[in-house]
Amino acid sequence: MADAVLEQTVDHEAAVAGRRRFWSRVLIYGLLAIFSLVYIVPLFVVVFNSFRDLPEISRNGLIAIPQSFRLDAWPQAWDTYCIGGACEGMKRYFFNSLMMTIPATIISTALGMINGYILSKWRFRGSEVLFTCMLLGVFMPGQISLLPWAFLLGKIGLNNSVYGLILVHVIQGLSFTTLFCRNYYVNIPDDLIKAARIDGAGFWRIFWKIVLPLSPPILIVTVIWQFTGIWNEYLFGVVLNSGAQQPITAALVALSTGGTNVRVFDVMSAAVLIGALPPLLVYFFGGKYFVRGLTQGAIK
Amino acid sequence: MSIVGAAAQVGAPGWRDRLGKAVPIIVLAPSLVASFIYVFVFAGWTIYISLSNSSLLPTYDFVGFEHYEALWANRRWNIAYTNLFIFSVFYVIGAMAVGLLLAILIDQRIRAESFWRTIFLYPLAVSFIVTGTVWSWLYNPTAGIEFLVRNLGWSNFEFALTTDRKLAIYAIVLTGIWQSSGFAMALFLAGLRSVDQDIVKAAQIDGASTFRTYRKVILPTIAPIFLAVMVVLLQFAIKTFDLAVALTNSGPGISTTFPAIYVYDLMFQRGQIAEGAAAAVMILLALAAVLVPYALYVVWRRRKESGNG
Amino acid sequence: MSSLTIRNLRKNFGAVEVLKGIDLEARAGEFIALVGPSGCGKSTLLAMIAGLESVTSGEIWIGDRLVNSVAPKDRDIAMVFQSYALYPTMTVRENMLFGMESRGVPKPQQQEAIARVAALLQIEALLNRKPGQLSGGQRQRVAMGRALVRDPLLFLFDEPLSNLDAKLRVDMRTEIKKLHHRVGKTTIYVTHDQVEAMTLASRIAVMHQGEVQQFDEPEVVYNRPANIFVAGFMGSPAMNFIAAELTTIDGKPAVTFPLANGRTAALALHNGAADRASGKQVVLGIRPEHLSRHNPELAGKGGIATLTAPVEVVEPTGAETMAVMRFGELEVVGRFAPAEAPRMGEDMPLAVDMTHACLFDPATQRLI
Repeated sequence: MADAVLEQTVDHEAAVAGRRRFWSRVLIYGLLAIFSLVYIVPLFVVVFNSFRDLPEISRNGLIAIPQSFRLDAWPQAWDTYCIGGACEGMKRYFFNSLMMTIPATIISTALGMINGYILSKWRFRGSEVLFTCMLLGVFMPGQISLLPWAFLLGKIGLNNSVYGLILVHVIQGLSFTTLFCRNYYVNIPDDLIKAARIDGAGFWRIFWKIVLPLSPPILIVTVIWQFTGIWNEYLFGVVLNSGAQQPITAALVALSTGGTNVRVFDVMSAAVLIGALPPLLVYFFGGKYFVRGLTQGAIK
Repeated sequence: MSIVGAAAQVGAPGWRDRLGKAVPIIVLAPSLVASFIYVFVFAGWTIYISLSNSSLLPTYDFVGFEHYEALWANRRWNIAYTNLFIFSVFYVIGAMAVGLLLAILIDQRIRAESFWRTIFLYPLAVSFIVTGTVWSWLYNPTAGIEFLVRNLGWSNFEFALTTDRKLAIYAIVLTGIWQSSGFAMALFLAGLRSVDQDIVKAAQIDGASTFRTYRKVILPTIAPIFLAVMVVLLQFAIKTFDLAVALTNSGPGISTTFPAIYVYDLMFQRGQIAEGAAAAVMILLALAAVLVPYALYVVWRRRKESGNG
Repeated sequence: MSSLTIRNLRKNFGAVEVLKGIDLEARAGEFIALVGPSGCGKSTLLAMIAGLESVTSGEIWIGDRLVNSVAPKDRDIAMVFQSYALYPTMTVRENMLFGMESRGVPKPQQQEAIARVAALLQIEALLNRKPGQLSGGQRQRVAMGRALVRDPLLFLFDEPLSNLDAKLRVDMRTEIKKLHHRVGKTTIYVTHDQVEAMTLASRIAVMHQGEVQQFDEPEVVYNRPANIFVAGFMGSPAMNFIAAELTTIDGKPAVTFPLANGRTAALALHNGAADRASGKQVVLGIRPEHLSRHNPELAGKGGIATLTAPVEVVEPTGAETMAVMRFGELEVVGRFAPAEAPRMGEDMPLAVDMTHACLFDPATQRLI
């Protein structure tokens, strides 16, 4: 008899716990769903609107279930739409950004790896201080270096040129790439380097044969960080370059704040997506490394 | 491993050995020089310009703090730094609150964790320009959110933030939170995952509820992460430029202007580079006011930890 | 010819003096152990021999070459690291090839060396694996293999066994001893484990606070430690130190010290010396194994002194039993055969083998 009572209580308690668990799960997934809606809707809005026709957009608003489908906005945005007087679409700015981002990413990453290797494995008297000085570059606000860059690039004939922007992004990126690589290489045991030195390997051979093969994780993190950062950069693009030499971020601003009062949301959506696509692709394919870069960049 | 120290060895090493030892320094030198110029010479030059009487072009006639006085007397600058203050407070608190909530939700052993994380983090991959442009459409009263809700039946609904001088700054705050809370989430989540699970189990055995466990046990152990997230977000806030340009373009009127926009305007639209430089120096000082104490705190904490260890 | 000679070697890190004038030499084929507690400078000394740390002053000779400013790769040495330092992205074979490739050893010779060493260490089956796929013991072997392919003048080992579990450590210790016997290379072996030093070395250098305290054969270091530090460091459980006073019993030199119950023990010294002034304070050192249960058989033997002490703790380990006894203020550890082990609380009659007792000067800490 007593057992039966006990069993009942246990059952009852289990049921209460089960119900509580159920409702807490509902709450958790409910909240997640609401938040993800807020996050994902803007992306859907842009994607849908790039395929809707303009009259439908003005009739039903931007946030609506699509009732028309056409591709016209994309070639227009890419090829013929007028931005700041030139009717060549986004393609020119897209290639400007590509021409700027790829070399700047490669050069700054390569230099960062070498610098990080030296500052972690070939320390010399004062190298820690020098590293700290380089680190300051991470925190420099762009506004402080705007004028010096403008005058320096003018002096060396790289003003209003994609090469000028490459130079700017390489040097500004150095602090980040050096920091990332140095903090990664610090965790490679010094004994490996000592063993290689006793084995007769020098500075470069140790880098190529020992350190570089261990580098893919940090290489991916650094490349993704630099690529998205440089692609998305606006301030220097708009200040140092003008017209046909501007990167895509500057073109997007020119496009959306430009003179025409008619808002061609379909073409502008396509243009925005063209500008956002490369970093988005990088994010969706290398998301893990992207997040790693973020957390490393923030907490040192 | 001291490489340079080895040069003080007894006996005379050959020139090849000496060259070998110098290789790291030679290789590092160009980057060092470039970074040094970028950090010190550039900043020093801008500071000097802010103290000169330069207008359209740099000149080197020293005039002292004249331009700083002009700057602080300027109504537009007052609006800019007031905006920055409002934005910083709401943006940092908002992004941290949302980020923490999302991190805790994701930490509840949910299904398809990486799916949710991908959604919350993707805004970070997109530029402020893209975010600002798209959200300017969503705030558009005749096409965006207000239009949608009115069509759904609430015909008096008002959400015209970007066209209201008083409210436009909050449009930037909301968009900033949308963009950055995923970042806060990622950092908080990394912190939550680093908490020793034995401590959590001990709290559960002690009979603490989930809420209590978080409030009393887990969150206090990741307190340093709160500070780190706050500092990073503050740094973003102080540098705010792209988002405000793309979202409201300082408008309506100049109601959403920011210090960084002010610098740009003075230097490149109005040709008052000295006062622009003074404003840029103010941004640098604001950053220093956030980062220097934080750096000192981090150093102090490390010392303390290594002292105890 | 000696393989390694070190003369008055000093090392400063800033203001900190890490090595304070080391003198050491290893004859060809010798196995030298550098032993001492952590921070004694032994690893720094090894790194300086390898050329990984610079020399502040003094001389290091390898063979007949002064190598103070010679790069590590040109010193004709090979080193086994505590962490093994195997290159994680290379296979075992590539790990062993790396050094020979760096030096431009001809290909056929490389293959021949790999085959020879792989057979010697029985790691042929592992040659195509990466270090991550190996067990601790296998990594240890590969690390030694990488050193062995080079056929250097000098082998350096930096605490090579400290990352292995206890059983494997003993096995690998035997392995290293066999290997040294077969290869016959001069070896400098750093360890903090005095058992390793005792079992492996032909001579031991005991280091403490940047100085060599004693450099001698293992038996000498163990039986006639140069000072209290060496006596206490070598041997486990450690030697018992008892503050005592010199005196004479029946005209023969002896030591006295207080016991627990207010009585005084007086032990005759075996190897009596000349200038031991009566009344002088000394430290008497007795190893745990030189205490045993007193029985009439022992009484006849020379050099045995007797006393009685209360037993406070008994710790059987199987093969032998340790017991903690009280001598006055002091706790003294004894090591007994299980058959004659004391019980807790027993007042134990003890026989002290005074032939092995050491006397130290309390002021200089040195052996008298």
